[in-house]
Amino acid sequence: MTLGQGMGILHRMERTEAELIAAVLKGDAASFEPLVKQYSPRIFATVRRYARRESEVEDIAQDIWLKAFERLNSFRSEAPFEHWLMRLAVRTCYDALRAHHRNRETTFSELTEPEEDWLDRFVTQPDAAKEDAEAARQLIARVLEQLSPSARLVITLQEIEQRSVKEVAALTGWSVPLVKVRAFRARAEMRKVLAKIAKEKYL
Amino acid sequence: MNNAELEIQLVAAARANPPSDAVPYAFEKRIMARLAARPVVDDWELWAHALWRAAAPCAAIMLLLGAWSFFAPPGSVPANTTSDLSQQLEQTLLAAVDQDQTVDSAR
Repeated sequence: MTLGQGMGILHRMERTEAELIAAVLKGDAASFEPLVKQYSPRIFATVRRYARRESEVEDIAQDIWLKAFERLNSFRSEAPFEHWLMRLAVRTCYDALRAHHRNRETTFSELTEPEEDWLDRFVTQPDAAKEDAEAARQLIARVLEQLSPSARLVITLQEIEQRSVKEVAALTGWSVPLVKVRAFRARAEMRKVLAKIAKEKYL
Repeated sequence: MNNAELEIQLVAAARANPPSDAVPYAFEKRIMARLAARPVVDDWELWAHALWRAAAPCAAIMLLLGAWSFFAPPGSVPANTTSDLSQQLEQTLLAAVDQDQTVDSAR
């Protein structure tokens, strides 16, 4: 496929997306289905970063799509639909985090055996602890669970997804200085949680 | 334990394991079913519904006032006023107009 053909297909896809949105806005709700099908993988991947259980993931994803349908008239076609949708997704996830934070009952529970093993390996031979170990992934999920909603959101977007401050600001709706302040506080909060783990395990 | 290094390794682990983007089977069908089942909000319908609900209390108040004006005992009305409640109501409602007319005629 040549670059020209590729651009042509891309252009047709863009037109199709714009046409679908226009049709939905005119009252043809069925045109919304291809959009749901196309963007659901990205929505699910985003939601899984913040939800605690798989059952929550589906509820939040559903909430995002229902909001997207309701607010579709606020979408301005100058920006890609995906950007608008991801902003909505991140903000809905943040709302869900805040709701859970208000109702949360548990405190930091005991580390599981694989997590303890991973930490031991890290202490004795930091380089030997594999970055992609499942235990490390569980441990970081547990650490993130302990952070405040804003700290978790910033750490996830900036540190894990490696987005720039501007991108984080666009996704969250916060100003650039506010993102910087919250990122600074989030890192401090994370260090505090890690220090707590270290203290409980080794002191 | 080196907490800064631990933080780096944990963040790296999270980066190395991006969450799955798997979508549950027929998820888009479920969304469309939810959208179809949602009640459509129509302003006119809301107004019509509210007015229809207000009709019964308004009719009841009207009947009560009518019954009261018809069956009111004569002793409940002061002696220096006309005894007919409908006339009193009319006088009260048109008091401002009567006053204007009196002022005009005095000029």
